[in-house]
Amino acid sequence: MQPGALSKALKNGAIWGFIVLELIFFSVAGEYLSLSDKAFMDYDNMLLLLKQSAPIGIIAMGMTIVMVNGNIDLSVGATYAIAAIILLDSMTWPIFAGLGDWVIPVACLLALAVGTLLGALNGLIVWKTGVDAFIVTLGSMLGFRGIVFMFNGENPTSHLNWTLVDIAEAEFLGLATASWFLLAVTLVIWFVMTKTVHGRNAYAIGDNREAAVNAGIRVGPHMMINFAIIGFLAALSAVVFYSESGSVNPNDGQLYELWVITAVVLGGTKITGGAGSVMGTFGGVIAIQLLRKGLGHIGADTSTVNLVIGLILIAVLFLERQLNVKGKEELKV
Amino acid sequence: MTETKQNASDLREGIMATLTKQQIGSVLAKQGILIAFAVFIIAFTIANPKFLSVDNVFSVVRSSAILGVMALGVTFVVISGNLDLSVGSMMSFSTIVVLDLHDKIGPFLAIPAMFGMTLCLGAFIGFLVGYLRLNSLIVTLGMLSAIHGLTLTYSGGQNMDIADKEGTWFSVFGQGTALGIPVPILIFAALAALLGIVLAKTAFGRKVYAVGGNGTAATFSGIKRARTVFTCYIISAACVATAGLIQASRSLGSQNTVGQGLELEVLAAVILGGASLLGGSGTIFKTVIGVLILGFIQNGLLLLGLQFYVQFIVTWVIIILAVWLDIAAKRGKLLSPIA
Repeated sequence: MQPGALSKALKNGAIWGFIVLELIFFSVAGEYLSLSDKAFMDYDNMLLLLKQSAPIGIIAMGMTIVMVNGNIDLSVGATYAIAAIILLDSMTWPIFAGLGDWVIPVACLLALAVGTLLGALNGLIVWKTGVDAFIVTLGSMLGFRGIVFMFNGENPTSHLNWTLVDIAEAEFLGLATASWFLLAVTLVIWFVMTKTVHGRNAYAIGDNREAAVNAGIRVGPHMMINFAIIGFLAALSAVVFYSESGSVNPNDGQLYELWVITAVVLGGTKITGGAGSVMGTFGGVIAIQLLRKGLGHIGADTSTVNLVIGLILIAVLFLERQLNVKGKEELKV
Repeated sequence: MTETKQNASDLREGIMATLTKQQIGSVLAKQGILIAFAVFIIAFTIANPKFLSVDNVFSVVRSSAILGVMALGVTFVVISGNLDLSVGSMMSFSTIVVLDLHDKIGPFLAIPAMFGMTLCLGAFIGFLVGYLRLNSLIVTLGMLSAIHGLTLTYSGGQNMDIADKEGTWFSVFGQGTALGIPVPILIFAALAALLGIVLAKTAFGRKVYAVGGNGTAATFSGIKRARTVFTCYIISAACVATAGLIQASRSLGSQNTVGQGLELEVLAAVILGGASLLGGSGTIFKTVIGVLILGFIQNGLLLLGLQFYVQFIVTWVIIILAVWLDIAAKRGKLLSPIA
């Protein structure tokens, strides 16, 4: 075995090991503590878990690209809310009145286009001004939230289109529509990151931007495309979720950026860029959702979930760094 | 003869012209935020003369004081090259704790107890970031969630209220006035002066800049990097505890989520003040200006009769413009050289 291979295997497998641990723990603890007589590892329960992971999971795939790229996007929660409002509001616009049920694809496309444009706007600012992505998206997080409030003030926007609800609640081969979207997005982004030039460039730029520039990669447009992708995915996440719920509050999506970043970091993506995998992120998303559901299953309340997730995030960071250090000198804390 | 003289004077004029251009550039880069602040004040005052009245100025500064006190501490953390995203939920924590203890052990003991608990949280973060050298963004992100959980556990998810709201002297920190000036403003000003001196005039302040500017170089010149970063987080926690005290005293009752989202507003104020997220630059004075700009914009736009959400969009534009112009002045080019 090559030196470092063990720590690499540990790192790549860690998130899945963690998921298995969670499953065992909650199954055993559930036997004693749970009020329901259903087992935690119930088939239906696991399917529901996959469906509930979709809103965060879809955005997390985009965040993986952006973070591998060495950037970060704090505005996804606000983009998510804007796309949701566009989706529900545009179905009632008078210009679309004659379309009947054909308004559904139009509204969805409109929401996705707006999300993509907002993401691209972030990317354009990062590219042209050279301001750090953290600051740019911190600003647009506020700005986009302001745009959300422009639609309906502090009132919720509601519109139920029953055809759309039927599509969202449909099941195909046992999986809900939202789960299919999550799996499809994971697959597509995995393909982009591992099999295409764009994916390789993303790793190269995140690892060493200067070297990437010298190698002839056009860094600016590349980053802009990635921001457009995460904007698109934030909008897609909103389309998937709000098709079913039909009502959006102007504060929806707040703190989503934190959940998404937590999932991505748990999945092993480096905050400084250059390393990370889509499958790891998928694991991170599942692990978080398992934790929320599992703690609920054994009767803990939301406060414990917040506490545990925060501490796990720090523990993962600590372990990851311990596995990453090269010399023994640095192992001493 | 005259020709050479002519040439020389041409040359001199040329040099003068470039000099003044450079000077203007550097003045703009250094004082841009002050100039922008002045322009805002003048514009808003022309639009609405009430804007600069004593009452209005007091009300703006008083409502910015909580954000401002937190921003003072975060300035230390940012200059040392780190981030603190946990200040919002930490503020909720200290507010809830002090309100709860007020009725249980009385305000005299409640305040030091709350400070102690908040400082423990700050020390924990400082240990993780300073001594264990973990990434501060992720650590404080984790602590944001963890402290929120801690607060909810402490309060059981209930709102906290002081039983006897009329009879307690505790309200003095948030609602009282001294010498005709509201106490929150006095606290903000005193802390700003104190921390400004610490940062600008003491050896510790210079260490903070050194660690943030170049951590390796600072370590090699004998500065204890870990201890400096640790102390910055302690200062930040102390500021957060003070902000929580003002908040609790002002409302005498609170939700668990009172500080939610404040961390990013605080960071926006610090960045507006010109502190670089890479560390090593920024001052307390400029952070105060950043806080005031945010406060006055919010107030000015409302006085103009605009909806509250306009301030979000204006803040967005201002943050990006401020940082952009700062960077552009440093590199001498408006647009980024990235291909």
